[in-house]
Amino acid sequence: MTPLPYRVTAKRRETPDTWTLDLEPVSEPIATPRPGQFTMLYAFGRGEIPISVSGLPGDGAPLRHTIRAVGNVSEALCDLAPGDGLGVRGPFGTCWGLDGAEGRDVVIMAGGIGLAPLRPAIEHVLVHRDSYGRFAVLVGCRTPGDLLYAGQLESWRGRFDVEVEVTVDSADPGWHGDVGVVTSLLPRIPVDPDNIAVMMCGPEVMMRFGARAMVERGVAEVDIEVSTERNMKCAIGHCGHCQLGPKFICADGPVFPLSQVGPLLAVRSL
Amino acid sequence: MATVPGCFVVTPSDLSALFGILDELGYRTLGPTVRDGAIVIGEISGISDLPIGITDEQGPGRYRLRDGVAGAWFGFAVGPQSARAHLSPPERPLLEIRSRGPTLEFVEPEHHTERTALFGIRPCDLAAMEVQDRVLARGPHPDPRYVAARDTTLVVVVNCGVPADTCFCPSTRTGPRARSGFDLSVTEVVDQTDHYFVLEPGSEAGVEIVERLEHRPADRAEVNAALATTEAAVEAISRSLPEQLNGRLLAAADHSRWDEVAARCLSCGNCTMVCPTCFCSDVRDTTDLAGDTATRVQVWDSCFTLGHSHLHGGSVRADTRSRYRQWLTHKLDTWWDQFGQSGCVGCGRCITWCPPGIDLTVEAAAIVGGG
Repeated sequence: MTPLPYRVTAKRRETPDTWTLDLEPVSEPIATPRPGQFTMLYAFGRGEIPISVSGLPGDGAPLRHTIRAVGNVSEALCDLAPGDGLGVRGPFGTCWGLDGAEGRDVVIMAGGIGLAPLRPAIEHVLVHRDSYGRFAVLVGCRTPGDLLYAGQLESWRGRFDVEVEVTVDSADPGWHGDVGVVTSLLPRIPVDPDNIAVMMCGPEVMMRFGARAMVERGVAEVDIEVSTERNMKCAIGHCGHCQLGPKFICADGPVFPLSQVGPLLAVRSL
Repeated sequence: MATVPGCFVVTPSDLSALFGILDELGYRTLGPTVRDGAIVIGEISGISDLPIGITDEQGPGRYRLRDGVAGAWFGFAVGPQSARAHLSPPERPLLEIRSRGPTLEFVEPEHHTERTALFGIRPCDLAAMEVQDRVLARGPHPDPRYVAARDTTLVVVVNCGVPADTCFCPSTRTGPRARSGFDLSVTEVVDQTDHYFVLEPGSEAGVEIVERLEHRPADRAEVNAALATTEAAVEAISRSLPEQLNGRLLAAADHSRWDEVAARCLSCGNCTMVCPTCFCSDVRDTTDLAGDTATRVQVWDSCFTLGHSHLHGGSVRADTRSRYRQWLTHKLDTWWDQFGQSGCVGCGRCITWCPPGIDLTVEAAAIVGGG
């Protein structure tokens, strides 16, 4: 339950309310996270919240977290400046099934800030591109101004070995891309139900509809992974806050095969 | 008559020496004592601190003390408190955070664990300690302070002869007689002619305590009298919890009974505060006035609060229906998935201390019975 001291080395504004922080340990680092895992970030005097790792440390890259300022602690974290201190505990939770997905097509579907925990998975597939089949990244957000990692998305889109599709819920006439919910991009993707791994993170309603669409195209629930979110205080299964029916999201999740949580996500206010 | 190995008889006046013995062995003793019209768990230094001759009347939403059998040491059932407050205190400091220039320094507070004898806890509460062990001590991240408190706690369990109207431990198989997990087990036998205690040590520490007490081997009749007290308790208990609720309550998440119980439930959280197995906790962060030192304090939390399920954009469980459902399905159903057992030990506190007197045994039966 004791964090390690870290400091902010760089900070980028992704959208009007979302920032990416680059972090380095003051002395000892946390264990290297795997794509999909999260840490608990502590802001001095304000509190601690779970935040997905949006960039893995290593090869000169820092530990990255992308944070949307929506509450007391997330606002304090987004207010940190390079040089400021914070606490990091972790990493915690399950990771995306990237090993099991080797040799198969990969479809990644992200809504809003849900792209953050998927970015390390996208980077992993691109680095180990020959280990996977066809690769599609589907991204949705509210407006063009809410698009995370726009520069990176553009550079991925310039590659011939990944299909990147972006859609927004609403836009001014200056936007020439797609308008509509992210699930509207699914018909463009070829789906081989026997040879596919789907990874999703976004609002629960998006994941429900996205998962339903994939299941309708014959994809098995065990091949669809979703990343879930609940209030968390301890991240080690002791505080009771993150329960989703029988699951502790901090320890059993946050990444689950749909076969484990599909019926639970369908229960209102669970 | 032949004596029964491992069972000893001690008279009330000789058992009075127990508190001095525990003190000599380096234990502080916590046990049942009367405060504010209830039997609570407090410091015990001698028999004058015990609720001798006092009994309790309990019912849904009702708790009263009155005079019981004169001279009886344990003529009452469980009060609002269990061992939980001793093993994981309602409030405890987690961290001090010092801001040294821009860098933070995290300092764990010094923790002193005092050797403690839990005297007079009941079999249901002993079972509850074992339930909480699976959550806090036996998982991949044991809570070091819980483990330290558990390891330095001596348990003197008292088998129940006078159950409350709200008790239902026979149906959860957690009482009224403790089978294991104690250092010393005590059964009080009290009637017109006799008053004695039958002691059974469950550990080397228990053996040592018995050796230091004036005692004699129990004969078969005395052991049978002790067994008869808990058998009478089983007969006196009328409530019962339906069996095998795992997988059956959450499956009925849309049952109309949840709406009915939500109309009565105040979402006050009393049930979770008196429950001996509830473990939810929150953290509170504060800074000193100078602003360079912050503290994190862990406090008990309840799934009946709006903040318990708070996420940006609102709480997941915004209404009483979803919160009561969370509590009951977790306690009786999904606890099995998580920890391989039920989260209920049949102590009945949540019935007694519920202001509108909601009875979980009735609710669970109505939901799985289709009522």
